[in-house]
Amino acid sequence: MKDLRNVILFVLVVALVPVLTSSGVILNFVMTALYACLLAQAWNILGGFGGQFSFGHALFFGTGAYAQAILQLQFNVNPWVALPLAMGASAMVGAWVGALSFRYGLKGSYFALVTLAFAEVFRIVALSVPFTGAGVGLMLPLQSSAAAMQFGTRAGFVWLMLGLVALALCVSVWLRHSRFGAYLQAVRDNEDAARAIGVNPFQVKLLATVLSGGLMGAGGAFYVQVFQYIDPGIAYGPHTSVEALVGAIVGGMGTLWGPVVGALALHVLADLTRNLFGQLPGINMVIYGAVLVLIVMFLPRGIAGSGVSVRAAWQRWTGGRS
Amino acid sequence: MSNRRTFMAHSAAAATTLAFPLVAGAQAKAVKVGVLHPVTGALAYSGQQCRMGALMAIEDINKAGGIKSLGGAKLEALLGDAQSNPQAGSAEIEKMNEAGVSAVVGAFASAICLATTQAAAKYNLPHVVDVGVADQIVERGLKNTFRFGPGYKKCAEIAVANLHVLNTAAGRPARSVMIIHEESLFGTGTVNLLSRELPGYGYEVKEVIKHANPTRDFNNIVLRIKQVNPDIVIPANYYNEYALLVRTMQQQKVSPKAIYSVLGGAASSYKFVKEFPDAANGIIDCNHWFNPKDKRSAELKKRVEAQGQFFSYEVFMTYTAMRLLADSIERAKSSDRAAIIDALSKSTFSDHIMPYGPTQFVNGQNMGAQPLMTQVVKGDIKVIIPRDYREVEPVFPLNA
Amino acid sequence: MFDPSILWASVLNGVTTGAVYALIALGLTLIYGVLHIINFAHGASLMMALYGVYFLKERLGIDPYLALPVVVPLMFVLGYVLQRVVINRASHGKDENILLVTLGLSIVMENLALLFFKSDTRTIDTAYTLTTWSIGSAMISLPKLVAFVGALVVSALLLWMVRGTDLGRAIRAVAKEKHGARLMGIDVEHVYAMCFGIGLACLGAAACFLLPAYYVNPQVGNGFVLVAFTIVVLGGMGSFAGALLGGLLIGVVESLGGLYLGESLGQVGIFVIFIAVLLLRPQGFFGART
Repeated sequence: MKDLRNVILFVLVVALVPVLTSSGVILNFVMTALYACLLAQAWNILGGFGGQFSFGHALFFGTGAYAQAILQLQFNVNPWVALPLAMGASAMVGAWVGALSFRYGLKGSYFALVTLAFAEVFRIVALSVPFTGAGVGLMLPLQSSAAAMQFGTRAGFVWLMLGLVALALCVSVWLRHSRFGAYLQAVRDNEDAARAIGVNPFQVKLLATVLSGGLMGAGGAFYVQVFQYIDPGIAYGPHTSVEALVGAIVGGMGTLWGPVVGALALHVLADLTRNLFGQLPGINMVIYGAVLVLIVMFLPRGIAGSGVSVRAAWQRWTGGRS
Repeated sequence: MSNRRTFMAHSAAAATTLAFPLVAGAQAKAVKVGVLHPVTGALAYSGQQCRMGALMAIEDINKAGGIKSLGGAKLEALLGDAQSNPQAGSAEIEKMNEAGVSAVVGAFASAICLATTQAAAKYNLPHVVDVGVADQIVERGLKNTFRFGPGYKKCAEIAVANLHVLNTAAGRPARSVMIIHEESLFGTGTVNLLSRELPGYGYEVKEVIKHANPTRDFNNIVLRIKQVNPDIVIPANYYNEYALLVRTMQQQKVSPKAIYSVLGGAASSYKFVKEFPDAANGIIDCNHWFNPKDKRSAELKKRVEAQGQFFSYEVFMTYTAMRLLADSIERAKSSDRAAIIDALSKSTFSDHIMPYGPTQFVNGQNMGAQPLMTQVVKGDIKVIIPRDYREVEPVFPLNA
Repeated sequence: MFDPSILWASVLNGVTTGAVYALIALGLTLIYGVLHIINFAHGASLMMALYGVYFLKERLGIDPYLALPVVVPLMFVLGYVLQRVVINRASHGKDENILLVTLGLSIVMENLALLFFKSDTRTIDTAYTLTTWSIGSAMISLPKLVAFVGALVVSALLLWMVRGTDLGRAIRAVAKEKHGARLMGIDVEHVYAMCFGIGLACLGAAACFLLPAYYVNPQVGNGFVLVAFTIVVLGGMGSFAGALLGGLLIGVVESLGGLYLGESLGQVGIFVIFIAVLLLRPQGFFGART
């Protein structure tokens, strides 16, 4: 169908980039942009389609990252084998946290806060247990080869991440067109009504959490392969949680392309502002923050979710307030 | 969708032209050097101090005639912001590479350095590490990475050996030790080494307390210190926590025989000494320090203070790292990266203000690098060990 | 394992530290309880208040406690304006947008501070910074004792405000039923802005009590945000008594947790409580069951 065709088109086009250029800047940019897209899409599955906002998605990210590192360092598992295992680990954590939270009926901001708390607990524990390296963190030895999933140039990483993004897109397409996706969105829109027509909200939300967690874990595993270093702050800190939700919300929650567009837009913004006025550090982030507020002000349903012209948005803003 | 491609190409080109505010004036044959530090985010203070050191060095080098073997070519700094995280640091390396830098100096924090040196290695781009004390940075076999200063293994070994010297000279009044460290790479790494070395010299590590960054309150920890009553307290943490800890100790009237820091965040900090002279008095530190017998150190210190800044270790570490680089470019007689790497690896640079003697790199680590032991005396920081650099006799123990 | 005097000192320490946490949480609980906003900008706002107190001392020589009548109203105005002009307009009432707007604001505030005040950590020195009083076998620093008293006073004032004034009645009406309140003629936007203003004013008070024992730099707010959220949830969103008692309790848990588990792992106690409360009693101790 149309969505699937668009996904394939997108994948083909982006896959061509490393073929057409060997510029390190462009490849690195594309890689990190795709990485941001994956995080946003993972969050969107639970937050956008599922309506359950998570403030602690780093929980899954960090689990995937540590799993990837520990499997290689302590169990000598090949990184390509470790990747799905890491995704499985973070999916399991998703199942556990989801089961706990939904069993006790947590919704809305309570759910958001509990995910935040879990991420913090994992962070603090990771700082203290030896198998995560505690405060020192874990370092993957440098082995530049495709077999070790550490590519000589960014091209390999671009394709790897593209594959993961494609996977996330396919999951999103499936959610848009499948019965399960319909149930999920029904639960999002009105849980009681959904239950009344025979949907099991607990199971539906739980599965969404598992999917979301697994994909987020892939992002974590990828991070470790690229940067070869993970510590509790990077793994479970709020930075990644925020990055995931910001891209999805700005792009348009619950849409197929929203997270991709939003993550890309913010990534471009951050990149462009980073060195503006380099003599005065801080201005770049002030601009970033201000633009964030402005985007929300003018595009309240996100970039992809708007479908409204800028002019209409302006009129709405100046004409009256909700 | 082709919009995206052209957009990418345009943005990359735009990024490289917009990217770097040019400093030190562009000239016909300038040698571009990347100056990469976390100047925003959690590490902003240190990053900005480092950057200041780098820019002062470039200014001095250019004033003295630039790179003479290249016809007086000036050094041109391309400033990068690592935003206190490894991803941004790597991204900046990519940009700097594409902007044609001949070398990079940076990136202060160990975690960021791990990522930036590796990203630079892909392009055989020489990367001089200014501070980054984690030993893993120079243990990965990267040919492009050169660290001028000591790693924390060296610092820990020297600290323990010197503690033993001081203690023995004073008649062995101290037997027990308590370590307070911050929870991340630097603190945990340091304490692992200390815990291994100390018992070998006959010291009992009574307790090790790990604390978070940031820690809002040290009263509990000071309570423990009171209870454990160690002879020596060894803090290994960043400035804010170090300062709070020592102030709280002063408040609770806890005075061990010595406060003996290893890479203490505020221990050999002029800022701390100025703001809390009573709390700081007598603190011993094993840390990066300049050669006090070299007049140029005092001159540099004056210049920094004239700008209203403190002469912190970030400043002089990065200053000398930049000078090391300039010296190598001079001897390479070229701005070619491979030539610079070669020159760095063979460097014998000795005309510097650090107490390292002539440079000698083995696997990217300068073998002559060493920390110095300092003590806060009468509101000033003086070197006590080794003897070659001694300015005052050490006071140990504090309250004999 | 620990002798009683150490335990006593630790509890006392926890109570006084918790008092400052409570002050920070009081504002957050009001903002959350009424506007249902998870205010990401709370930490950055605390930071701005701390800088305010700092500069009043450094430039004008005004003691932090004497600065209360200046800082508190200023923060109130800042809060009122932010809510009325920025947050309300930008978010169009949608929860996820409010989140992003407060996040954007916190980024802007933190980096404006970085730009103008630089990244140096700053401290003030007052005559009483080092003074300690002995309570039983424990020594407590004077600034912390004053903070404790301050927290009690501020909580009492807020309770009085919410129970005994017209504004308080309006706030309670809006918190319970926004549309009904509007139909009764209450200017909901004004009430929202007042709440946000009062919330930030509490931060102003917290800053005056905190700075003598602490420090300020652009990132200083981040360290308090999570603890503040925990207390708000523990005490019940919208309950001042809950925020006060929750703050004291969390302070003690942190302190004792630090003693028994070590300062680093001890932090986990706070979040385990957070999770337990969310799962088992999400309305907190004093909150209304929604």
